[in-house]
Amino acid sequence: MALPNKPLGELPAVANPEVVEHDVDVLIIGGGMAACGTAFEIKKWAPADMKIKLVDKAAMERSGAVAQGLSAINTYIGENPIENYVKMVRNDLMGVVREDLIYDLGRHVDDSVHLFEEWGLPVWKKDANGDNLDGSKPAPKLTEGGQPVRTGKWQIMINGESYKCVVAEAAKKALGEENIMERVFIVKLLLDKNKANQIAGAVGFSTRENKVHVFRCKTALCACGGAVNIFRPRSTGEGKGRAWYPVWNAGSTYTMCAQVGATLTMMENRFTPARFKDGYGPVGAWFLLFKAKVQNGLGEFYANSDAVKEELSKFMPYGQSPVTPTCLRNHLMLNELKAGRGPIYMATDVALNAFLDAKKASGMNDKDVAKFWKHLESEAWEDFLDMSVGQAGLWAGANIEPEKVGSEIMPTEPYMLGSHSGCCGIWTSGPMEDWVPTVDGPRSHQYKWGYNRMTTVDGLFTAGDGVGASGHKFSSGSHAEGRIVAKQMVKFCRDNASFKPELKQSAQELADEIYAPVKRYLQHVGATTAADVNPNYCKPAGLMMRLMKATDEYGGGVATYYMTSGKLLNICLDLLRMLREDAELMAAGDLHELMRAWENYHRIWCVETHIRHIEFRKESRYPGFYYRSDFPTCDDANWKAFVNSTFDPATQEWKCEKVNCINIVETTPWL
Amino acid sequence: MPSYVDPSKCDGCKGGDKTACMYICPNDLMVLNKEEMRAYNQEPDACWECYSCVKICPQGAIAVRGYNDFVPMGGMVHPMRSSDSIMWTVKFRNGNTKRFKFPIRTTAEGAANAYADLKGANLDDELLSTEKALKTPTMLAK
Repeated sequence: MALPNKPLGELPAVANPEVVEHDVDVLIIGGGMAACGTAFEIKKWAPADMKIKLVDKAAMERSGAVAQGLSAINTYIGENPIENYVKMVRNDLMGVVREDLIYDLGRHVDDSVHLFEEWGLPVWKKDANGDNLDGSKPAPKLTEGGQPVRTGKWQIMINGESYKCVVAEAAKKALGEENIMERVFIVKLLLDKNKANQIAGAVGFSTRENKVHVFRCKTALCACGGAVNIFRPRSTGEGKGRAWYPVWNAGSTYTMCAQVGATLTMMENRFTPARFKDGYGPVGAWFLLFKAKVQNGLGEFYANSDAVKEELSKFMPYGQSPVTPTCLRNHLMLNELKAGRGPIYMATDVALNAFLDAKKASGMNDKDVAKFWKHLESEAWEDFLDMSVGQAGLWAGANIEPEKVGSEIMPTEPYMLGSHSGCCGIWTSGPMEDWVPTVDGPRSHQYKWGYNRMTTVDGLFTAGDGVGASGHKFSSGSHAEGRIVAKQMVKFCRDNASFKPELKQSAQELADEIYAPVKRYLQHVGATTAADVNPNYCKPAGLMMRLMKATDEYGGGVATYYMTSGKLLNICLDLLRMLREDAELMAAGDLHELMRAWENYHRIWCVETHIRHIEFRKESRYPGFYYRSDFPTCDDANWKAFVNSTFDPATQEWKCEKVNCINIVETTPWL
Repeated sequence: MPSYVDPSKCDGCKGGDKTACMYICPNDLMVLNKEEMRAYNQEPDACWECYSCVKICPQGAIAVRGYNDFVPMGGMVHPMRSSDSIMWTVKFRNGNTKRFKFPIRTTAEGAANAYADLKGANLDDELLSTEKALKTPTMLAK
């Protein structure tokens, strides 16, 4: 029963919200791992009178990608040379990365991990027999020589259900609760009225009360994660929420920075992780800790076949790594699926029973084998329960016991992010040190211009998923990067002490723009008896489906096994242009819907940059993540280069350009 | 696997300043209806089932029912979270049950060291406040 037609939710929006203005020195936008790093670090450098404000769309205790928890810290350098970390990331991301940013991250990340452990995060350890101890058992800390449980070279296991709670607690204490605003969604960055290319503030709104918040600042960090629900997901009903990456990440980081003129880099990069089908549970521990292998539908462990080796040899030097790049692993899986040799199974049963067989063969008695199994089973389930409970729910609902039967894995819909095994993002300065290359030309070609992790816009910084061409930082690296930024923002304020930010628009003009979907709703709601069907406006939920259909069908989504072409991409851009125009007709009756409207503005923009970049790059750099049928190979001779793009806020024009990629760490040996 | 609220247990956090589930949901899904003094998930198809609301609810009033587009009925995964550990009950569709308990933190809540009195040394180098030494790369490309 649609009648009467009234706003959804419990917090109706009004036409004229209260407008609150804030003057600060430093504005931290975001509350995830990166922003928590900044919050922890910044007061260690800031003078006592510096005004700092952190603004989070959610509640810091459970915001960002680590909200649910994690079962591992994926970047811990430990005993490894940092140069080898650079080599690993470079190879996984098919050669086109910023090695200065990756090295810089590698030299700071362990310090953050040590802090996490000090704050109370349980880190698994090896005991004297080489067996695994969970993080609550007495053992030396990492800083005291404790041996972490490595899975692969770079990852360590944790009991991470409360990872974000612990990290947020330290961040809040360090910054002070009085300097933190939660449930305020920043939706636009603002340039200075007088000084060209200088950040001067931001505007957003409360999702709890009818208030628009306008900030003036000297410097800002924009760290709001990656982008989810930008391509049609494999589950389009209720399961649409079970995205692999946090479903609340709407591409806000990329869009807001791009709109004020920050140069973007590698927006063609996407991540389509292969995960347990539907539940999107993690596979890392299954591969690396439990040594599980994947089987095709014929029962073949295809990954080491001669055919596969030959296929990988087409992608040298990347294909020769002992750890095949993530996109190429997908590529091999897709080849199986397209040849009709699906489904692909993770042979959990084979892997777990191999451990039991080995213990039995070593002469372990039945009682101890049973004890060992209980621990092993617990580790297997914890991997899901720490970070992807829904996968455990799917196993429970489907009566799956991993020791008895394998589970299907499948590449997901595409995501955009810069901190996992993906590297789209914003072009930033590296550290101002001699080993970082000096490059002539505009900032969009340079490697350093004064402040580490500053974007090409003065005073605007980013971190975590925001920093492009530097993947594999994960949770710990994002925190460390946020800390790097904290120091640099204080330095920026010191060096620009006389700068007085002034906005181009009045606070009321900004508020009217932010609340436009509400005014539209109130004006037209009476034209129909249905909440979501109205000739004068569209609702955010419907618009998001339209966006995801366009990208899926024309931009290389799951509908086409990630295949697209110049022709299809240009159709996609046409659809997105009309979508962007119609987004101006979105309407919101309540504060939650207003949030969804602004998330959609962000999604549309960020996907458009993605499609523009793929269109510009005339090759297929990441086979397995996407393919161009008109340029089907990875073409190092012509395209071992960054694609950078810049939107000019004055002329409203985009510029895409090819930018030289420099190797800093030795290339022989490549790995 | 959207969360749902059992109306016989939910007391709307007695209408206090912070309804726990509404306070914590990262995706702004949980809302309080003040007339009924009960909370509900206003957008189940946007639920990541991160379980933040389930874990925080002081009444134990929130649970999760598997996504109706791919999870067969009858299973259930439910946590009990304390200050230092979490106990999970996994009930299978066929009635089998498993329980797992994991540590979640090794310090008391509120005890994280914020290094409140620490001041960094030199704003013009790249060292972070708690670091002692800074590496630079050695295996350089020629």
